[in-house]
Amino acid sequence: MYIYMGHMRKVDTQPYEPYFWEKNRIDLVQDHVFKVDFNKKSLNLKSGKSISYDKLILSLGSKSNMFGWPGQDLDAVGGLYSMQDLEQMEAYSPELKRAVIVGGGLIGIEMAEMFRSRDIPVTMLVREESYWSNILPKEESAMVTRHINDHHIDLRLGVNLEEIVDDGNGKACAVIVKETGERIECGYVGLTAGVSPNVAFLKDTGLIIDKGITVNNNLETNIADVYAIGDCAQISEPKPGRRPIEAIWYTGRMMGEVAAYNACGKPVTYDPGIWFNSAKFLDIEYQVYGDVLANPPEHHATFYWEHPDGDKAIRLVYDVNDKTILGFNVMGIRFRHEVCEKWLKEKTPLETIIQDLSLANFDPEFYKQYEQDLLDAYNSQHGTSLKLKKKRKLDQVIQFLKA
Amino acid sequence: MNTIQKLGIGLFLLSIIIFTAVLGLNTYNLSESALDHISNDTHRNTIIKQAKDSGVLGKEYNSNIAFISDFKSILKSSQARLEESYKANPPEDVDEWDYKLGDWMMKDYTINSLKATGDGLVSNNPFLFLFLTFGLGIIGGLLFIIPKYKALPGIKNDNIYHSSLTRGLRFTPRVGILLAVIIGMLVYGFKYMGGVIFWPLVTAIVAILITLLVFSHEKKKETGPPRSASVPVTGWIGFFAGFYLIGFYILLYWMPEYITNWTTIVDPVSNMLSGKDASQWFLYGLMYTVIVLVMGLRMMSKYRHNKYQRVRTASVMFFQTGIAFLLPEILTRLNYPYYDFKNIWPLNYTFFFDWNINNLIESGGLGIFMLVWGIVLIILGVPIITYFYGKRWYCSWVCGCGGLAETLGDPFRQLSDKSIRAWQYERYIIHGVLVFAVVMTALVLYHFFTGSTRILFLDSGNVRQWYGFLIGSAFAGVIGTGFYPLMGNRTWCRFGCPLAGYLGLVQKFKSRFRITTNGGQCISCGNCSTHCEMGIDVRHYAQRGQNIVRSSCVGCGVCAAVCPRGVLRLENGSSDIGERVDEIKNVHIKDLINAE
Repeated sequence: MYIYMGHMRKVDTQPYEPYFWEKNRIDLVQDHVFKVDFNKKSLNLKSGKSISYDKLILSLGSKSNMFGWPGQDLDAVGGLYSMQDLEQMEAYSPELKRAVIVGGGLIGIEMAEMFRSRDIPVTMLVREESYWSNILPKEESAMVTRHINDHHIDLRLGVNLEEIVDDGNGKACAVIVKETGERIECGYVGLTAGVSPNVAFLKDTGLIIDKGITVNNNLETNIADVYAIGDCAQISEPKPGRRPIEAIWYTGRMMGEVAAYNACGKPVTYDPGIWFNSAKFLDIEYQVYGDVLANPPEHHATFYWEHPDGDKAIRLVYDVNDKTILGFNVMGIRFRHEVCEKWLKEKTPLETIIQDLSLANFDPEFYKQYEQDLLDAYNSQHGTSLKLKKKRKLDQVIQFLKA
Repeated sequence: MNTIQKLGIGLFLLSIIIFTAVLGLNTYNLSESALDHISNDTHRNTIIKQAKDSGVLGKEYNSNIAFISDFKSILKSSQARLEESYKANPPEDVDEWDYKLGDWMMKDYTINSLKATGDGLVSNNPFLFLFLTFGLGIIGGLLFIIPKYKALPGIKNDNIYHSSLTRGLRFTPRVGILLAVIIGMLVYGFKYMGGVIFWPLVTAIVAILITLLVFSHEKKKETGPPRSASVPVTGWIGFFAGFYLIGFYILLYWMPEYITNWTTIVDPVSNMLSGKDASQWFLYGLMYTVIVLVMGLRMMSKYRHNKYQRVRTASVMFFQTGIAFLLPEILTRLNYPYYDFKNIWPLNYTFFFDWNINNLIESGGLGIFMLVWGIVLIILGVPIITYFYGKRWYCSWVCGCGGLAETLGDPFRQLSDKSIRAWQYERYIIHGVLVFAVVMTALVLYHFFTGSTRILFLDSGNVRQWYGFLIGSAFAGVIGTGFYPLMGNRTWCRFGCPLAGYLGLVQKFKSRFRITTNGGQCISCGNCSTHCEMGIDVRHYAQRGQNIVRSSCVGCGVCAAVCPRGVLRLENGSSDIGERVDEIKNVHIKDLINAE
């Protein structure tokens, strides 16, 4: 994304300097594995070489979802997952008059932002009635929807893709919208309707695969000495509140550590801890900690504060019965992960949090703080007279975290 | 880019072209009265005689280059003649050095004669040319910048690596240019030191030693191309911008006689402020301030969603305009010493020079206050304020070099080298310069107090002359600013500034400042490292959940600003200096292992 937008070069996105691999005695082989022989414990590579292993950790990632749309295999149609996807976008970008993006999730909005960075007009086709409303609560979803429109992205809600039109040379030239039958001329079609595990080439090898490669909580597959981590792994018995496949960055990172421990003979079970996630919708940053659901169960209650400008919001979700915290949703404001996690772990009462909320504020210095506004709103809604008790000082945060 | 912005760029380029052309737009015709500025009768009369004899007096020159060449040979022959006549017939009532024409006087005589002789388009229309250069440049800049305030607030780094101005150069040409400039400086330094090879040679040996040390750290197996190497980007506009800046600094520091037309067009401003004609330093100060102000507005437009950046930019704009530029000029007008209250030794390396100390002491109460103020800043101000806020209080809030880097230099911040090799160079060079500054100052003070100029083989005059040339001019100016489009905007601050070295030591070992990382939120995207002007690989720490405590960090806050996930925050806290809260970071797996 940032390479395309010219914020960074490819080399800047690599997490380590090139010598890192050799220094840590890691052989970095750039090739394509097309077959795994689990009996002989060997991998067949496209270059004709093969590599044998003692332990195998599969981290195969995802591929972009395609739902059998007519024209989905045309040129100038692609997802946004790999470097190759990026190169394809780059190749079609000069002379591009309009791009259509199918799917309104995190990748869809990233792709829209990318095209906008080059002043390429973008149309987004989104199935839901409001942006990402299957995940975001109503108000936050409305906020992002407004923000997308402010950025002059042509957002079409409640529509599906009927087909991608061939220009006669095997290249996409337009899309047809299912609901309206409208034809939208475009030079590129981005398919960003989610991802699924990239495991097709391992079917019928003896490896148990459901949607992803099935693993236990030690990330072991059904085959000895073979582990699976990241987007391609499906946990057979996930922890309560967690999904079996979570295609997000930090679960991959944590799974990598857990698999390494297990492969090295130190059994450790995978526990991703309390759910968190974050994203950036164009200019609005978003963070979530704990359970904040678009369609919450009955015992979830919520306190929501939104800035009059409509680009910042804080949502506190709590348990109706004992008034303890269940989750945080923050838009346009940064919260401190460790503090939120500790509050969630300790099932802290909502009103304690409202009074101590400054501890969680992670916005840069000199930013206006909204804890008092939020507290005033809470007091007037609930007839309480709570007062702010903590300040946004690192020393107070450290004391709180160490306590 | 809209039409107004294109017009702005056009006007700006026009102003640069006129500014450059101004150097050749005068005529010169030496008259006797044009030499009135030479108060020494012996010198003046000898020069007039030589000028008559050689036919220069009354001759019309269209180019300052030809005039300077002829005028210099007149000075040389005058010098020789005075030398001879002194030998032949030493006058009794005149001191030897009032009689002879010393080398050091020649530069002043040349510059003043050029200003007095200069005639024609520029000298007759200074206001017009002030408008056509500074005026058009400012208007063009503002026309380009002000429309940016209409865009939605948010991070504005789109296409910086697509722009030929800001994408930098490939590793090989970049290193080639750097080497060429270094060798050029050493060769010129040889001439500058009066043909003595000792100092350029010592410098070259030190440079080679540092390089050997850096490379010996990289054991063969670990060696790979540094991060910024062999990336196929070549920004030609950036190359020419750097070339122009380097040329500007060479003229400014060592060939000021060729830029007298520039000082002529700012004479009206200088006269208004200090009542004196402009020197090249006034020209530089005025340009510097104007650039910080205009580009400061650009910085604010870029980060107007970020109050930390806005306040910080306003701060550097204020300190440059008020404290570094206007106040010293006003002090001069009131017959007080020229003094920049925010410039601290060892960045201000002339602070302990005998002429400065004497000048301050002789200037009465205010002068003594300035001397004490300067010393208090060094021994109390720097450590105490840095303890509370980190070195950022100076480097990115107050300092003039920092001010230029954060305004003019902001478009180039991504060009800093993030490799470990660059970090190794940085550590040796910056601390080497700090040691050099301390040794040089110690010698100068030893000289001041004892009157003895020598310790062992070191002559305090030579040492300080070489320091001024190599560090004060070549490093800080030519490489420090000239290399903005080639090596990023903090080349001087990162590799060379001795004050930054001093502040950095305090920050590293005894300061409440650090950048904290927000739990597990880092996605390793690399924006923080890319946009770190000091070449710190911020991501290396952030993706591990570690705090960032680095001596070089100037606390500009841009890493935190460009982070798309709210991971980084600049903070001050006293309760954990020495450990800085590593054990409570949110690294789940570590918790699991520890629990077992």
